[in-house]
Amino acid sequence: MMKSAGLIIIVSFLALGLFAPDFAPNSPLALNLKHRLEGPSKTYPLGTDNLGRCLLSRIIFGARMTLGTALLTQMIALIIGISIGLLSGYRGSRLDFLLMRVVDLTLAFPSLILALVIISLLGPGLNNAMIAYALVHWAYYARLVRGLVIEIKGRQFIEAARALGAGPLHMILRHYLPNILSPILVLAPLDIGRVIFALSGLSFLGLGAQPPDPEWGAMLSEGRPLFTTAPHLMLFPGLAILITVMGFNLIGEGLIQERRGVSKFQDKPMAP
Amino acid sequence: MFSYFGKRLLFLIPLWLGISLIAFFFLQLTPGDPAEILLRKEGIEPTPEALQSLRRELGLEDAFYIQYGRWLWKVIQLDFGTSYRTGESVAKEIFRRLPATLELTSVAFLFIVILALSIGLLSTLREHRTFDRIGLILAIIGASIPGFWLGLLLIYLFSVKLGWFPVMGRAGLSYIVLPAITLGFGAAVTQARLLRTSLTEVLRKDFITVARAKGLSQARILLRHALPNGLLPLLTTLGMVLGRLLAGAVIVETVFAWPGIGRMAIEAILQRDYPIIQAYVLLTATIFVFVNLCVDVGYRLLDPRIELDSQ
Repeated sequence: MMKSAGLIIIVSFLALGLFAPDFAPNSPLALNLKHRLEGPSKTYPLGTDNLGRCLLSRIIFGARMTLGTALLTQMIALIIGISIGLLSGYRGSRLDFLLMRVVDLTLAFPSLILALVIISLLGPGLNNAMIAYALVHWAYYARLVRGLVIEIKGRQFIEAARALGAGPLHMILRHYLPNILSPILVLAPLDIGRVIFALSGLSFLGLGAQPPDPEWGAMLSEGRPLFTTAPHLMLFPGLAILITVMGFNLIGEGLIQERRGVSKFQDKPMAP
Repeated sequence: MFSYFGKRLLFLIPLWLGISLIAFFFLQLTPGDPAEILLRKEGIEPTPEALQSLRRELGLEDAFYIQYGRWLWKVIQLDFGTSYRTGESVAKEIFRRLPATLELTSVAFLFIVILALSIGLLSTLREHRTFDRIGLILAIIGASIPGFWLGLLLIYLFSVKLGWFPVMGRAGLSYIVLPAITLGFGAAVTQARLLRTSLTEVLRKDFITVARAKGLSQARILLRHALPNGLLPLLTTLGMVLGRLLAGAVIVETVFAWPGIGRMAIEAILQRDYPIIQAYVLLTATIFVFVNLCVDVGYRLLDPRIELDSQ
C-alpha cells in the first residue's frame, strides 16, 4: 500500500518534471509586471510571484530541477561509494584500512555541515552544492558496500570463480557487484528524500540554486520576505518538497516492510 | 568495561586529529594569502618585500607539519585566530554565539524527549487504533517535512495570524518556542514511532507475561518493565538525532534570526570569513564525535553484552 502510494507520487512528479514544457501553462521565467502577487486565476492557476511569474509553471519546472539535481547527486554519490566500497572490501589490507579511515573521517561530521564547508571553498551555486553533497554522501555507501563485500567474500561461488582463474576486474564486476546491489537499491530511494532536503535546504540558505532558477528551496527563499502578504509563494514550493520527499519515504518504507515482513517506520538507518 | 572505554577513547584520538587536519587544510585551501589580508587590513601596500617578511614572521614559510603543530597548539588553548571581517578574536565570537545554539538545541531535545515518550507510549497503549494511526501519519510527515518550511508555516500561523509568539529573534522565553518545535518536530515523531515499535516487541516477551500473571497494573508493566527495555534502541539513534539538531540548527537559526553559531556559519560563508568557518566546523565535529562516544559508552553501560567489534 505504502509503496504504491509512494510510487504514484514519484512517477507523477517525474512525469511532471520530464514533460514540464507540456504541463506548464506559462513560462517559468517570463516576467509580467502587470500581474504581480496575484491570487489564483485562469491564466495563473496558483497565482503569480512578486515579478509576475506563474507560480504553477515554476513549481512544475521546479520538479524537473529539484528531482533532476537530487537524482544526479545521488547517482554520483552511489558511483563513488560503490566503487570505493568494492575496492576497499576486495583488496583489503592497507588500502582498505586507509579508505575506511577516510570514510570514518567523512562520517565524523554531520553531513550538511561538511557540505557547507566544501561549498564555502567552491563558492555558492547549484552545481557546487551538488558536488559538495555528493562528496559527503558517498561515505555511507562505501562503508555499507565494503561490509557487504566482506560478508560474501568467503562464499563458495566466490571461491569457485577465483579457482577458475577470474581476474580482479571480472571478480568485482561479475561476482561482487551483482550480489551487493540489491540492499543498496532498497536504501537508495529512502535516501533521495534526504538529498532533496539537503539540496533544497542549501538553496534556501542561498548557497545552492540561485534566483531566478525555479528550484523549490530557492523559490521558498525568494518568497520568504513577502510571505505575510503573499503566503501562497511559500506554501506551494514547500508542499511540493513535502509531497516528493514523502513519496520517496513511502517507497523506502514499503520496501523495508516487504523485506522484513513487519511495519517499522523509524529513522533512516544511516549516519546523519 | 574499562578496556572497552579505553579502546573507544583511543579510537577517538586519531579521529579527532583527522578532523583537525581537515579543518587546518581547509584554511590552507581558501583563496587569498593571510599575509596579504593582514597587510591590507593594516592599510599597508602589500609589496613583495613586505609580504615576504610578514610571511616569515607569521611562520607561513615553515614546513607544513610545523605550521599544523603550531596551529594545533593554539587550538587546544582555544585560540582560533582572528575574523577576516571584524578583526576580532574568533573564539570570542564563537563563545558569544554558542549559548544561543546550546539553548535552542537543549530545548529542542527536551521537546523531542517529551513528545516522543508521550506519543510513543500512547500509540503502544492504543495499538492499531486511531491514536496509533495518527502517530504513524505524524511520523511519515515528520520524516518528510523540510525544517525551513515548517518554520515558515509556524511563523505564519502562530506569529502573524494568531499573534501568540514573536516572529523572530531571541529576547525572552516566548521566542524559543517556535524555533525549538521546528528543530525538534521531525526527530520527535520519528523517535516516537521507533519507541512504539520497540515497546510492542518488548510487550510480547515472557517476562511481561510473568508481570501480567503477577497481577501488576498495565501502567506499571508499561512504565517499569517495558519502557527501560524499549528505550535501548532509541539510545543508538541518539547520535543521529544530535547530528540532525546540529545541522538543523543552521537552517532553523536562519529562519528565525536566532543568533547562534549556525547562523554565524552561514553569514561567514556568504562573507568568506574563513577562520570563523574553520572554528565552527572544528567545534561542531568535536561535539558530534564526543556525543557519539558518550552514546556508545552509555549503551554499553546499559547493555554489557555489546562488544567492540573489529572495525
